[in-house]
Amino acid sequence: MSDKPKIDEISGVETTGHSWDGIEELNTPLPKWWVWTFVVSVIWSLGYVILMPAWPFPGANGWEYTKGLLGYSQRVKVTDQIAANEAALNVYRDQIAAQPIEAVQNNDELFQVALASGKSLFGDNCAPCHGSGAQGALGFPNLNDDDWLWGGTLEDIQVTISHGIRWDDDDETRINDMPAFIKDEILTPEEGSAVVEFVLQISDQNHDAAKAAAGATVFADQCAMCHGEGGEGMTMMGAPDLTDAIWLYGGDRDTIMESITNGRRGQMPAWSGRLTEGDIKELAIYVHSLGGGE
Amino acid sequence: MSETLSAGSPTGGSTPLMRYAALGTSLLATLFGLLWALNAADTGMAIHGWIFTLASALSLGYLAMNLNPTKANPFEEVDQGYNFSVVRFGAVASVFWGVVGFLVGLVIALQLAAPALNFDWPFTNFGRLRPLHTSAVIFAFGGNVLLCTSFYTVQRTCRTRLAGNLAPWFVFWGYQLFIVLAATGYVLGISQGKEYAEPEWYVDLWLTVVWVVYLLVFLGTLMKRKEPHIYVGNWFFLAFIVTVAMLHLVNNMTIPLSLTSSSSVIVWAGVQDAMVQWWYGHNAVGFFLTAGFLGIMYYFVPKRAGRPVYSYRLSIIHFWSLIFLYIWAGPHHLHYTALPDWAQTLGMVFSVMLWMPSWGGMINGLMTLSGAWDKLRTDPVIRMLVVSVAFYGMSTFEGPVMSIKAVNSLSHYTDWTIGHVHSGALGWVGFVSFGALYCLVPWVWGRERLYSIKMVSWHFWIATIGIVLYICSMWVAGIMQGLMWRTYNSLGFLEYSFAETVAAMNPYYWIRALGGLLFVIGSLIMAYNIYKTIRGDLREEDLPTGQIAAA
Repeated sequence: MSDKPKIDEISGVETTGHSWDGIEELNTPLPKWWVWTFVVSVIWSLGYVILMPAWPFPGANGWEYTKGLLGYSQRVKVTDQIAANEAALNVYRDQIAAQPIEAVQNNDELFQVALASGKSLFGDNCAPCHGSGAQGALGFPNLNDDDWLWGGTLEDIQVTISHGIRWDDDDETRINDMPAFIKDEILTPEEGSAVVEFVLQISDQNHDAAKAAAGATVFADQCAMCHGEGGEGMTMMGAPDLTDAIWLYGGDRDTIMESITNGRRGQMPAWSGRLTEGDIKELAIYVHSLGGGE
Repeated sequence: MSETLSAGSPTGGSTPLMRYAALGTSLLATLFGLLWALNAADTGMAIHGWIFTLASALSLGYLAMNLNPTKANPFEEVDQGYNFSVVRFGAVASVFWGVVGFLVGLVIALQLAAPALNFDWPFTNFGRLRPLHTSAVIFAFGGNVLLCTSFYTVQRTCRTRLAGNLAPWFVFWGYQLFIVLAATGYVLGISQGKEYAEPEWYVDLWLTVVWVVYLLVFLGTLMKRKEPHIYVGNWFFLAFIVTVAMLHLVNNMTIPLSLTSSSSVIVWAGVQDAMVQWWYGHNAVGFFLTAGFLGIMYYFVPKRAGRPVYSYRLSIIHFWSLIFLYIWAGPHHLHYTALPDWAQTLGMVFSVMLWMPSWGGMINGLMTLSGAWDKLRTDPVIRMLVVSVAFYGMSTFEGPVMSIKAVNSLSHYTDWTIGHVHSGALGWVGFVSFGALYCLVPWVWGRERLYSIKMVSWHFWIATIGIVLYICSMWVAGIMQGLMWRTYNSLGFLEYSFAETVAAMNPYYWIRALGGLLFVIGSLIMAYNIYKTIRGDLREEDLPTGQIAAA
């Protein structure tokens, strides 16, 4: 409804005289602070577009844009920053790549770079399986302890990272074979269960002594060639030590039975195609430094 | 308007010719749906073909049974010749989709805190449920709120019945069909992979038809208005409808693999596609979630407060500056990407200049309360509306800050963005919608007041605490995440791996999920309160004096 403007009693401001479904409007002037803040934000914006790349326009060779007084270019800036960082690091990287891994470890400066770089590489590439702190997970070994499937010397670690484990695309990949003893009927379930008791015995756990005695014979026939006569493991074969309290898949009766029944087929990618040789050296040094390096 | 008094049902006010035309169209649509379902190139398309057939058949059946409407409108006294029936349907749909959308949001928040909740099942995977959540809250909840409030306020402020008789019903039901097609599509894995524009080409086409009819109904109502001027709320609604149509068309330019395939290829490529996407995406925020809901604010705040709008001049200036500036701000979503420097600069400065135009709406919303501030104490609905405007002010300040490149280099891709979005979505859009629904439901059902005012108060406090938990946890998580990403050690290597940043955010994900849970609980309280109000129940309550009764 259109009416004559009137004075609103509460605010003392005139209305516009319009009314919609009973809603009226005051003719309050724009708040000064609002106007000025708006003006300042526009002026600031104008200044910014003068300084920075801003307006596109059709040029002789297609579209161009005003480059701005500061000559800023995001691409140039990021390329420069990356190049500077790379240049600083390459001084060390070149040396790391050129020297044998032990020499790198024995050179204080290079060792520090290798540790820092290795930690960063580890986080991006290895942590998803081995954990951020290299603590491992079910089926993925803990790299902090001195229990090594394939050896814990610098060179062993370097080979493992380079070629992976059971990684088909790499000819030199590490291969071991924990057969599915019961599933493939190499052992009867009774024999399997006897071996389980033997393994429980050598790992100092509660066990059935009578069955363990029978299991000892089976173990000597079937398991010792990889795990060693006393079950102490063999890094040559990638066979874990069964006498300690460290287990990749679990050391309780049921899990050991499961391992014997169906075998185990852990896998690790070969990193040689994905990371540079220097990267792998750095990673090996980092992993070696975690506490278990031999 | 006596000739339309019995117009409570869709076919009530229409001419026989129109009814037969609608019947024929429904028949054609049913046959078309069948043809489509039987010839579909993939399962998803077949399922959608059947859904479309079912919807068309329901429409056909309804129209066939109501060709000669004789039933009187049970709400005749409330409606007084206005078409409020469609508004009532819209209000119920809003509450329903709201609860659904918030629940899915809670589920995906829990999935982020505990990934096992993905259940290793494609249909419940985060990647499918996330667009289900965003579309359900923005388009299903927000869209229905906008539909019903715009249909209500445009009639009241134009003092005329909604244009068309069958058309508003087509808009309402057509929109629900769009929601169902979009939502089932996501769960089935049908998506064109564009954020907030995931529905595939045929669903986009359907929405286009619905949206054009929506625009025609709205424009038609404005044209036959009995007021000399168009109310400011209607400018905002009109800007929302027109701009969303344009954004939708340009961003969804796709070529289907075939006419029976549920997949398509977008015509934009590379960074241009990214730019079109965020031109769309940011203006979905600007015109769907801001302009549209400002339209709601401009009606319900002065109406509920019983005070005139603070400043007519401000409403004009902030409307035009908002409309003009918002549309250019999209590039700030693509800072430090392949987007050329010049476009980033412009996206940033337009976002900064947008700060005051956005705040114009906040000033007009808050200052309209002057002379009625005491109602904050007595009326929890007003409290909800006012706090929504406060959240609007906060997030429209945070937005320009985050668009500044130096800030964005820290905030981009982090959960700070998620927190920012939710202070706007839960605080502003959610609360202004709840406030509007709490006003609207007693009005259009002709109830003395809501079933329970105390429950509104409970809803308000529980949801507010939820929002605070949500946005604070995301601020902390996001800023921490951004700082962890950019921390270098002295030798130039990144200090933290990506996995470490994810692990560090876990506690905050739980806090966020708790915030979401509170918001969901609030919405359930609202659903119950509104259900009881619709039934006509009144809870015995000791209300403070000065309590607002129904208008």
